[in-house]
Amino acid sequence: MTTTPVSHRDAMLEKIDALEAEHAKAVAGGGERSVARHHKRGKLMPRERIELLVDEGSAFLELSPLAAWGSDFTVGASVVTGIGVVEGVECMITANDPSVKGGASNPWTTKKIFRASQIAEENGLPTISLVESGGADLPTQKEIFIPGGKLFRDITRASARKEPTVALVFGNSTAGGAYVPGMSDYTVMVKEQAKVFLGGPPLVKMATGEESDDESLGGAEMHARTSGLADYLAEDERDAIRIGRRIIARLNWRKARPDADVPTYAEPAGDADDLLDLIPSDLKEPFDPRDVIALLCDGVSETNGAAFDEFKPLYGTSLVTGWARLHGRPIGIIANAQGVLFSEEAQKATQFVQLANQSDTPLLFLHNTTGYMVGKEYEQGGIIKHGAMMINAISNSTVPHLTVILGASYGAGNYGMNGRAFDPRFLFTWPSAKSAVMGPAQLAGVLEIVAEQSATSKGETFDAEGFKAVKEVVEAQIEEQSMPYFLSGMMYDDGVIDPRDTRTVLGICLSVIDNKTFAGTDRFGVFRM
Amino acid sequence: MITRLLVANRAEIASRVFRTCRDLGIETVAIHSDADTDLPYVAEADHAVHLPGNSPAETYLRADLVLDAARRSGADAIHPGYGFLSENADFARAVIAAGLTWVGPAPESIESMGSKIESKKLMEAAGVPVLTNHTAESATEADLPLLVKASAGGGGRGMRIVRTLADLPGEIEKARAEAESAFGDGTVFVEAYVERGRHVEVQVVGSSVYGERDCSIQRRHQKVVEESPAPGLTTETRTALHDAARKAAEAIDYRGAGTVEFLLDPDTQRFFFLEMNTRLQVEHPVTEAVHGVDLVALQIAAAEADWTMGWPDPPSGHAIEVRLYAEDPAADYQPQSGELTTFEIPTPEGVRVDSGFVSGSVVSTHYDAMLAKVIAWAPTRTAAARKLAGVLRSARIHGLVTNRDLLVEILRDETFLAGDVSTAFLAGGGETPIASLAPRPSAGSPGVPVAAALALAEQARLARTVQQRLPVAWRNVPSQPQVTLFQGPEGPEGPEDPISVAWWGGRDGYVVDGHTVIAASATAVTLESDGVRTTYDVTTSGADGGVVDVDHPGGHQRLSVVPRFVDPADAVASGSLLAPMPGTVVRVAVEAGQQVAAGDVVLVLEAMKMQHTVTAPTAGTVTEINVHTGAQVAAGEVLAVVDAPEGAPA
Repeated sequence: MTTTPVSHRDAMLEKIDALEAEHAKAVAGGGERSVARHHKRGKLMPRERIELLVDEGSAFLELSPLAAWGSDFTVGASVVTGIGVVEGVECMITANDPSVKGGASNPWTTKKIFRASQIAEENGLPTISLVESGGADLPTQKEIFIPGGKLFRDITRASARKEPTVALVFGNSTAGGAYVPGMSDYTVMVKEQAKVFLGGPPLVKMATGEESDDESLGGAEMHARTSGLADYLAEDERDAIRIGRRIIARLNWRKARPDADVPTYAEPAGDADDLLDLIPSDLKEPFDPRDVIALLCDGVSETNGAAFDEFKPLYGTSLVTGWARLHGRPIGIIANAQGVLFSEEAQKATQFVQLANQSDTPLLFLHNTTGYMVGKEYEQGGIIKHGAMMINAISNSTVPHLTVILGASYGAGNYGMNGRAFDPRFLFTWPSAKSAVMGPAQLAGVLEIVAEQSATSKGETFDAEGFKAVKEVVEAQIEEQSMPYFLSGMMYDDGVIDPRDTRTVLGICLSVIDNKTFAGTDRFGVFRM
Repeated sequence: MITRLLVANRAEIASRVFRTCRDLGIETVAIHSDADTDLPYVAEADHAVHLPGNSPAETYLRADLVLDAARRSGADAIHPGYGFLSENADFARAVIAAGLTWVGPAPESIESMGSKIESKKLMEAAGVPVLTNHTAESATEADLPLLVKASAGGGGRGMRIVRTLADLPGEIEKARAEAESAFGDGTVFVEAYVERGRHVEVQVVGSSVYGERDCSIQRRHQKVVEESPAPGLTTETRTALHDAARKAAEAIDYRGAGTVEFLLDPDTQRFFFLEMNTRLQVEHPVTEAVHGVDLVALQIAAAEADWTMGWPDPPSGHAIEVRLYAEDPAADYQPQSGELTTFEIPTPEGVRVDSGFVSGSVVSTHYDAMLAKVIAWAPTRTAAARKLAGVLRSARIHGLVTNRDLLVEILRDETFLAGDVSTAFLAGGGETPIASLAPRPSAGSPGVPVAAALALAEQARLARTVQQRLPVAWRNVPSQPQVTLFQGPEGPEGPEDPISVAWWGGRDGYVVDGHTVIAASATAVTLESDGVRTTYDVTTSGADGGVVDVDHPGGHQRLSVVPRFVDPADAVASGSLLAPMPGTVVRVAVEAGQQVAAGDVVLVLEAMKMQHTVTAPTAGTVTEINVHTGAQVAAGEVLAVVDAPEGAPA
């Protein structure tokens, strides 16, 4: 056992504290006063609704909690999305946060909901929408209106895929928003709260001159008794949630691979707390991903002869590949060991992805890469061809992919290791992660060289001293944009997680994946040999 | 020699007799009613005979059926236990006439002691002190104080206490006049007045004395706490009591086990014969404990042969018995019935439990609600009381309200520990008023609801079908604690506010404000508070597991979960008749206050041109009619309420 400097842990704990502070912003929603006003009206906050909706004591994996971080909109994007267990069924849950501008949708809101429906679709989950939204944020309507139609398309396509959709309407759901209950398979409306109409009294007055009121246009009682849009009339919010649970209980839901078929398993030999010691605060310092794997994957038990069976351990040693189980479910793991990917690593990964597809085994990618090796020797050795093979393999692989960015994720390494653009089923980031086209210092250095060359070609003298300031600004900007909150705010991941929760998060993901059948492929693109 | 013995009784006493039979190598036969079919004593016996029906009159009191059971099962002896047929001389004769061995005294002894007047005469003649009916002339200074009471009276009416001999004639006159006008019968008695009487009884086998027992602590004239030896007797009094009991037994040439009961005045050390019980007493174990004998074995020996008198060893140490009843001391000791979901009484050395019930037994309404006798022996009285209180405290008794807390309070009461007992102890006549004996509320255990909440969370975890092994209530973005609500305790103004437990789950296990959670499982939770670690045992029952019993060193508390969700349709008063659909009331067939039978028409609704008849779901009284003919009603509206009488099946 190598001795670990205390600083790794302290640095990580500091980052985790910062993460919790950012999460607290999302939880605070529209702020104390707005929440209090909401509570006073007998209404619950979105997370309170979710807490009641999910099975008592079950887990709730919130997705994209930092969406809109760094934007002009409130962190969390006025909607809560996540996966919870309702009546023993893993469901995608979305809940508008009416404390943030009445739950109005801004561009980040729609993006976050799109991501939720993508996850529901890929994993075949039923969706429960806890609706209370004032509609589109009008100043940003140009970014929402046209693409926003996808929201309604997604609901009905989910229905067609036999992934039921349930809308529990707690308040406003008007204009375009009215189509959420309108498109859902089951609709529950809360008495004296739900308001579902295409046009409210002022709009109706303007359009047709008709005098009307909220209740007759879109009240819960009206929809339950007259229009039939509401399938159930709920006495109050709690009752709506009760009815929602009963609806899910009656879906006759069966996972493609039932949990009963998952073998029992042993917890990892080590304590997840030790993960805090593993990641160097300076990402230039490599760390052994096997230590991480040992703390994430199942320990040795009757059903698991070894915690990790490494594949091709002597070849392409800068990348670790091998088989393990997580919460009893088999996975193949591809993890960076020395940061750089060489031709051997790319070929090893390609073969391993094919093997996982052959055995229908989901893949877990653990990022700590600075990218594919550059240089004359490597270019001549065909590093592009080999990198392309790896990207080809992961792009066409049809087993579910999970990605966790532990540390660095730079350049084409981000692609080859199944970054966001390659649509892993789930992608989570550790607070220690950094991601960019290249490291800030390298990027600034490259800029300097390019500037120098440009100056030289124009016959000018390069002002190295003067460029220093530019370099610093660029470096700081790239540094900031490589940070996990920034990337999470852009929704380039599904959330930043405490490393100690990684096993739980991945366990939930693997369980969720089991809702839908999958099979590995033997059809890849042309591998350039 | 007896080879197969039938016990003409039930529950704990049947088990008690079977135990000795097993020791002696005698086969056993149980009889049981319908309701008792599943009690452990039936399974414990080698053979069992079913007596159809439930009431004692149909079953355990039917001498003919019992004899038939003995014949069919091949029993050659009958032990009557206590109660039922145990002091029925005709039954004893019938047993003997059937050629069976009667484990009891001679029928003549039963008969002569069966009549209060006859027995009193007999005893007076034998020189045993009795409560003499004095006259103004016969009374002497030594007989004071005296009580003048109307023969037809009761409840204190017409009773006068006389402390001076000179007042006696006048008081007799007054009492006579009062009785004449009140009851139309001027007959009065003059008896010795015992201010704070104690019930002391002497155990005999034949005419050998096996010490005495004090059974003063009673409620509604039934013994609750019994002990041996009786505390605070002078040597003279004890000797005199034993002599009197011996004379009583000799006077009727008594055979087998019997008990001579006396009323003792602790202030004057006077005592008076009350009655003789010609059977085994409920409280016999305390005598067995201090004398090291098996009284049932002695009964059998006496029944089998012309038994030569033995002498007991002198008493050693002190034994106390309590009767654990399924009853509610706070509700005038109202007997309780239902399932005893958990029933576990620890038996450390020196502790004996005679019980007819086990966990899961159903306590029926047909018989006495005594669950068990718990007996503790120790070298001293204080040690025995302390041990017994501890055992009761740590017992697991769920499902029924019992007098356990009251018993513990008695055993830890200073007046009791000082030996200052009397028959008025629980009625408030003694130094200790009943109010101070009321069980202390368990509100002082804030760990109880916490333990209950966490055990429920663990149960929910075990019941999960997906994501089974994830940390309970894990959140990657924690926003609020989990909240478990329990129904508030019943206050004078109805139920108090619910008890709310806020707890967090997650990676590092349970976190509860004010407690450190050391361990939590579905059945036990260990909490540390202020540096003190306490383990709470948690048991859940009820259809939805919503009833939670928590046992801890400080006592037992039962909590009911407030369900997360209530279907509004279920929330209306039970017995409410709801409109099945919107419509118009076309006829109201009943009036408020009217009695209805199940299925009676209450009212008729018309909707969609169809008539819908609303009928009474149960027999009962119509307590509410909320509508009139012609009224428009909405679906789910409460139309009327039919209140079923208490105890009727819902």
